[in-house]
Amino acid sequence: MKGFWFRIGPIITVVIAIFVLWYAGAVALNSAWAQDKAKRADVTLSFSELVTDTLSQEKPKLPAPHQVGQEIWKTTGQKVIEGRAFSKRSLIYHSWITLSSTLLGFAMGTALGIALAVGIVYNRTMDKSVMPWVIASQTIPILAIAPMIIVVLNAIGISGLLPKAVISMYLSFFPVVVGMVKGLRSPGRMQLDQMKTWNASGAQEFWKLRLPSSMPFLFTSLKVAMAASLVGAIVGELPTGAVAGLGARLLAGSYYGQTIQIWSALITAAALAAALVGIIGMIQKLVLKRMGMAQ
Amino acid sequence: MSTVISAKNLSLTFETNDGPVHALKDVNLEINRGDFVSFIGPSGCGKTTFLRVMADLETPTAGEITVNGVSAAEARKARAYGYVFQHAGLYPWRTIGGNIRLPLEIMGVDKATQDQRVNEVLELVHLEGFDKKYPWQLSGGMQQRASIARALAFQADILLMDEPFGALDEIVRDHLNEQLLDLWARTNKTIGFVTHSIPEAVYLSTKIVVMSPRPGRITDVIESTLPKERPLDIRDSPEFIEIAHRVRDGLRAGHADD
Repeated sequence: MKGFWFRIGPIITVVIAIFVLWYAGAVALNSAWAQDKAKRADVTLSFSELVTDTLSQEKPKLPAPHQVGQEIWKTTGQKVIEGRAFSKRSLIYHSWITLSSTLLGFAMGTALGIALAVGIVYNRTMDKSVMPWVIASQTIPILAIAPMIIVVLNAIGISGLLPKAVISMYLSFFPVVVGMVKGLRSPGRMQLDQMKTWNASGAQEFWKLRLPSSMPFLFTSLKVAMAASLVGAIVGELPTGAVAGLGARLLAGSYYGQTIQIWSALITAAALAAALVGIIGMIQKLVLKRMGMAQ
Repeated sequence: MSTVISAKNLSLTFETNDGPVHALKDVNLEINRGDFVSFIGPSGCGKTTFLRVMADLETPTAGEITVNGVSAAEARKARAYGYVFQHAGLYPWRTIGGNIRLPLEIMGVDKATQDQRVNEVLELVHLEGFDKKYPWQLSGGMQQRASIARALAFQADILLMDEPFGALDEIVRDHLNEQLLDLWARTNKTIGFVTHSIPEAVYLSTKIVVMSPRPGRITDVIESTLPKERPLDIRDSPEFIEIAHRVRDGLRAGHADD
């Protein structure tokens, strides 16, 4: 039990600290509006009245955690109870839209990343020429290039899931390339010499030595790629005026000043990212343990 | 006795930023079938480079080397030798059996033969029953034995060993030396063995090649007069001490021109 508290203790402390700061911030930021209202109604607010008001406004500058919690419950759990989990007002529906393009983009980005890494490791010309472009691609602000990707793809008749997935791919292939180049090059000179003494072919060297050696690097990259992929999917939903997805919820919320809706979409996105990265972490643990490479 | 490895006027020069480094210069040597040849000398004397040239891991800049009567490259492609590195280099994601199977898989040996070979070589290095274990479950000495087993698995006649016991402690080392002699007697392999330990070289070898650096060259070749049967306490015999003395003299002579 001591070990449990040893692990959980620091996490709980941080969570409590965040909540305290959050509530304090909510009171501070929302009090101006509360005072304004009171002034117009010609009443003076006591401190407790002020606090109560700041934590229960309809369009607060900073919604309080419980308001966000209630909104998330209203748009997820309650919808499930009502049997309308996939209605347009349900965050589950919007999360699913974003998740599907995240996963598609992640898969495409991983495939592209590994393919480029293999090219870079095995082809001298690619080694010299591709990496600068890969790095350059990440220096372009995604917000600037996302609308263009959507417009261009729309012009050639591709719309819906794929354009958003392409933006996810654009962000997620980068960590995979960088990690896999390092991973595929991780076997030492001795291991490569050893392969040579057995007169192994290039393909054998790849499948039996380089690829297994790169696994720890791959999983670390995949975690970063997954988070980047989700960001890409959300950003992809912003410029299109998409009607569905967590990005669309953020956009709609900001149009109508629905700060509670914005925050609940943000928290959901963060939880989704944490869950996805967590799943990769679990797979990583299992695979590396099976491979005798667990740290 | 037939010649297995033959080097004639072998030279290897590495071009570095500080100018050329003569790793090997005019090296001549014949190794016969069934020989146990040790290469001894201070670091930089080219002993490892010489072994790597035999294995076609380095290409000589001058001279000629033949292994089994053909060029080193052809011999490597024909998988004429097993090479043991200083570090066991077992793949952590493969069991001991899987590691030994690795070269066999690469060479396209069928599954039944693989299983049989794994059992054979594990028996040779006294690791019976360890085929399902992972490398991290074995001690350093056991890992090195597994790596020797892997080098033996494809039944090459030549075994090249580059300071295989260099990273192990003295006691484990003695033990492995004894086992290596036993293995050599049972398999009749030709062994090339790089070391920087005089007792190890004298204890193991039928032929001791003493080398010295700058440029890397052979200063003495000593044919051992010790019997093939060698218990560990042979190291206290006058004969042993005399050979060790000659090796030490050879090493000192090489250093004299520094």
